[in-house]
Amino acid sequence: MSIISAIIVLGGIGLLSAAILYVVSKRFFVKEDSRIALVEELLPGANCGSCGRSGCHDFACACATADSLDNLVCPGAGEEAMKKIADIVGLAPTASKPKVAVLHCYGTCANRPVMAEYDGPSSCAMLQTMGAGTTACPFGCLGCGDCVKACRFGAMHMDPVTGLPSIDPDKCTGCGACAKTCPRHIIELRDKGPRGMRVWVACSNKEKGAVAMKECSVACIGCGKCVKACPHEAVTVTDNLAYIDPAKCKLCRKCVLVCPKGAIHDSGFPMSAADMAALAERKRKEAEEKKASQSDSQPKD
Amino acid sequence: MNQILTISASPHLHTRRTVASCMWHVVVALLPALAASLYFFGVGAAIVVITAIAGCAAFEYIINRWMFHRPSTLLNGSAILTGLLLAFNLPSNLPVWIILIGCLVAIGIGKMSFGGLGCNIWNPALVGRVFLLISFPVQMTSWPLPIVNRWAYADASTGATTLGILKMGGDPASIDLWNSATGAMGGSLGEVSAIALIIGVIYLLAVRVITWHIPVAIVGTVALFTLCIGGNIAIELLSGGLLLGAFFMATDYVTSPMSHKGMLLYGAMIGIITVVIRQWGAYPEGMSFAILLMNSFVPLINRYIKPRKFGERGAGK
Amino acid sequence: MRTFHIGGVHPPENKITASSKIIDVELPREVVVVFAQHIGAPASCIVKKGDHVERGAIVGQATGFVSANVHAPISGTVTKVDKVKGANGMPCDTITIASSDDDHENDLKAIREAKPIRSSDEIKALSAKDIIDIIDNAGIVGLGGATFPTKVKLCPPPGMAADVVVINAVECEPYLTNDHALMLECPDGILAGVEMLMRAANVDRAIIGIEANKANAISLLRQRISELGMNGISVMELMVKYPQGGEKQLIDAVLGKEVPSGALPISTGAIVQNVATAYAVYEAVTYGKPLVDRVVTVTGPSVERPGNYRATIGMPISELIALAGGVPTDTGKIILGGPMMGKTIVNIDAPTIKGVSGILMLPESMSARHPVEPCIRCAQCVSACPMGLEPYLLATLSRYSEWEDLEKEKVMNCVECGCCSFTCPSSRPLLDYIRLGKSTVGAAIRARQSQKK
Repeated sequence: MSIISAIIVLGGIGLLSAAILYVVSKRFFVKEDSRIALVEELLPGANCGSCGRSGCHDFACACATADSLDNLVCPGAGEEAMKKIADIVGLAPTASKPKVAVLHCYGTCANRPVMAEYDGPSSCAMLQTMGAGTTACPFGCLGCGDCVKACRFGAMHMDPVTGLPSIDPDKCTGCGACAKTCPRHIIELRDKGPRGMRVWVACSNKEKGAVAMKECSVACIGCGKCVKACPHEAVTVTDNLAYIDPAKCKLCRKCVLVCPKGAIHDSGFPMSAADMAALAERKRKEAEEKKASQSDSQPKD
Repeated sequence: MNQILTISASPHLHTRRTVASCMWHVVVALLPALAASLYFFGVGAAIVVITAIAGCAAFEYIINRWMFHRPSTLLNGSAILTGLLLAFNLPSNLPVWIILIGCLVAIGIGKMSFGGLGCNIWNPALVGRVFLLISFPVQMTSWPLPIVNRWAYADASTGATTLGILKMGGDPASIDLWNSATGAMGGSLGEVSAIALIIGVIYLLAVRVITWHIPVAIVGTVALFTLCIGGNIAIELLSGGLLLGAFFMATDYVTSPMSHKGMLLYGAMIGIITVVIRQWGAYPEGMSFAILLMNSFVPLINRYIKPRKFGERGAGK
Repeated sequence: MRTFHIGGVHPPENKITASSKIIDVELPREVVVVFAQHIGAPASCIVKKGDHVERGAIVGQATGFVSANVHAPISGTVTKVDKVKGANGMPCDTITIASSDDDHENDLKAIREAKPIRSSDEIKALSAKDIIDIIDNAGIVGLGGATFPTKVKLCPPPGMAADVVVINAVECEPYLTNDHALMLECPDGILAGVEMLMRAANVDRAIIGIEANKANAISLLRQRISELGMNGISVMELMVKYPQGGEKQLIDAVLGKEVPSGALPISTGAIVQNVATAYAVYEAVTYGKPLVDRVVTVTGPSVERPGNYRATIGMPISELIALAGGVPTDTGKIILGGPMMGKTIVNIDAPTIKGVSGILMLPESMSARHPVEPCIRCAQCVSACPMGLEPYLLATLSRYSEWEDLEKEKVMNCVECGCCSFTCPSSRPLLDYIRLGKSTVGAAIRARQSQKK
């Protein structure tokens, strides 16, 4: 008998609870646009905030209610996903150039003399308040990896050999979290470039040439050779520091070759700039020889 | 100048006090009580203390080494202190295997399962003690008689504690207060000698390891509450684990509140709960339960009772 | 004996230079004058390369209300207008002045034969505005280390009035003795300066707060006050406790009033000025001398000749260190200011500026931080915080970027005195995190305010 009563009591409690749960879930059901969930599935879910919204769900809600996708771009999701999202919400996709983070510093342990030791929690923001940091350069990377901590996509790590953050362009979504975090503002979001080819000045030093040279062996000294070398007027020098405008740069890499300090870096090219130049030189010579031989042969005609 | 200078944020000076020195100060403060317990309970006390300290130290080392893969933290003395406090809360005839279970629960569950030093919610020694009290009620409440059992361990003759006598309806007048103060009575091995414990707490206050707030709040509330319900203040204060708890267990850094106001509230609540359990509860002694209960409330106390901020008094005094 | 009411710590005092007299440092032949020597807008350069400047001439004009003039500390020719690395390694705008033999001779002569430019009657005839103008022109800033322009403090915002001048002669930082030495050697000048400050602020009461560890300065000042018959100036002996030299703590200690959170100290009716500032005011009013030199304590446990040096502003830090016997070989940190709030430097060839109260060379064994251990929630930091904050909580919130909670917990009240980090038995870098949180929250608050406008 006691078993039966126990079963009845417990079963009764169970049924009652189920009924309450059912009623409550029906009564307080919040109707949500079904497209929001679909959009959210396409988003990276990192809540990085680079879209300007408070998180991925917020972005999805905004997409579902928006009239156009002009200001709604998720750099993390990529172009394909954005097209799909546009399909879901029935709007035209916005064309956007994929961006990638580049570091305007190449002051590796070998390139920059160490002036001081830092004793404290590893944080660029804290080190920045103490002045120039541990090296002579007051503009370059502080090397505590605040950007690496800020990256939600695992695209950055501190390189123990160089002491600088290294950016994986395949994983980088261009969300800009690192650029926002960097207290020295030496990370820039640049166009990823055709097939990932891009050229940039890997230095942020605004000191005059002589001082900059002492501070770092690969510092931009503002000599302006790159400005003269560039056929597209893409390079400018302000405050003793060169900058390559990605909108004007045609990726010819003449600047890379002329830079006396090796401060201009390139990436994504199938061949190094020097090899390219050598190849071009050889081709030019061959062509000249051909022309010469042709012109030699011409009088015979 | 070719030296490489160090840069760091201010301040550039640091007090000489370390975690280890705090812990060792408490251990030193417990030495008079340890001496008293060795005097009254002899061999049994020695065996229990050594087992508890060794057990706690060993478990902490093992867990750190093979589960957390962290460097050993034995030298900061916190495990040794936990062992000593656990031993102080046990009767002197407790079998070694039970003590070891207590050590495992105290260190393993009470401390390391939360992440180690500084992360635990409850006082580890008390977690171990209460676990044993509930699991082995017979062994944990057979109290060897003092002095006569100096050379006895497992075969010690036992009797009731002062609070036990009172709970059973004994006559308060039959209790010798001088014996209660010196420690010549039944009880856990570290709690008996009020005088030794008071010497210890004076040392702790003198070296500024603890502040007066918690001990005074507990002792004061117990005295006041006992007075209100018409009990005998001297017996309530001198018997059971009240002084040990008020001076050394409730003042444990990790599990006590951060602000002075919070400490006073915490102490007062411990005092009230202790007297309530002693008077109306099933157990003759309620100190450990009271402390553990209030330990649970510490995060709440920290959340809502804040120290007075500078400027709140205003410009007009 | 009075002191402030909340928190505080007792770091070892180590005032090794307490009994040494002020040593006058020879005029340097070349100085580098920095334009941003004070809190507020940097002065703008009004000379150019090749100009000849006289000692005490203005070379940098104050820009805006919270700013201060910068003067030429020596006569000479401007040889460079350039960026030079400051003590922390960051480039800052400077000019370099080099003196010829003639200039040098003239300067020495001028210093030796300095005569008052105003007689005591003339000084008595000066109005409050006159005195403030003289202070403004002389580029006087708070010499305790914060370098807040003095004239700004003397001009309270509308609706607020001062009723007392509090002179900060506490010098609660360990090691530093520059104010102590100044009080022992120039008590009359200080008292005259205090009287001028009282008149500038339009009050009839001044209290000089001195910690009890400077008993000889207390008795000397008291004696001089009664001998000179100065009414309204009194000396108050305070208990030794750090950070009593903080403006808010000093007002609490001396007047028993607390500056409300977010309010200016003037809301309690008190204007706090450093004792060295009072002396600088006296020199400016009486001799017409702008702020071109100051007393600097060069010290450290293993420094050969620690002492209090009257140094010309603009001379390299390394020259002062050389006078004290050079950098000891065991040095780990060189600190500008005291060990509790001073800043570590990397470039000892940088010029001295107005705010340098001390140069402290700490051996590596003393300055190195201890290994960080877990927080044992001992509440030492809560007891030590002079602002009644909970440093353990602030540091943790800051570490996990909980900026909103951090603001609610009043992180902006933090005075960065370092008591929490000093007292933590686990050697946790509490202040490092709190400072980070404070700057982040402060930026957010400013952004919000500018949005509202």
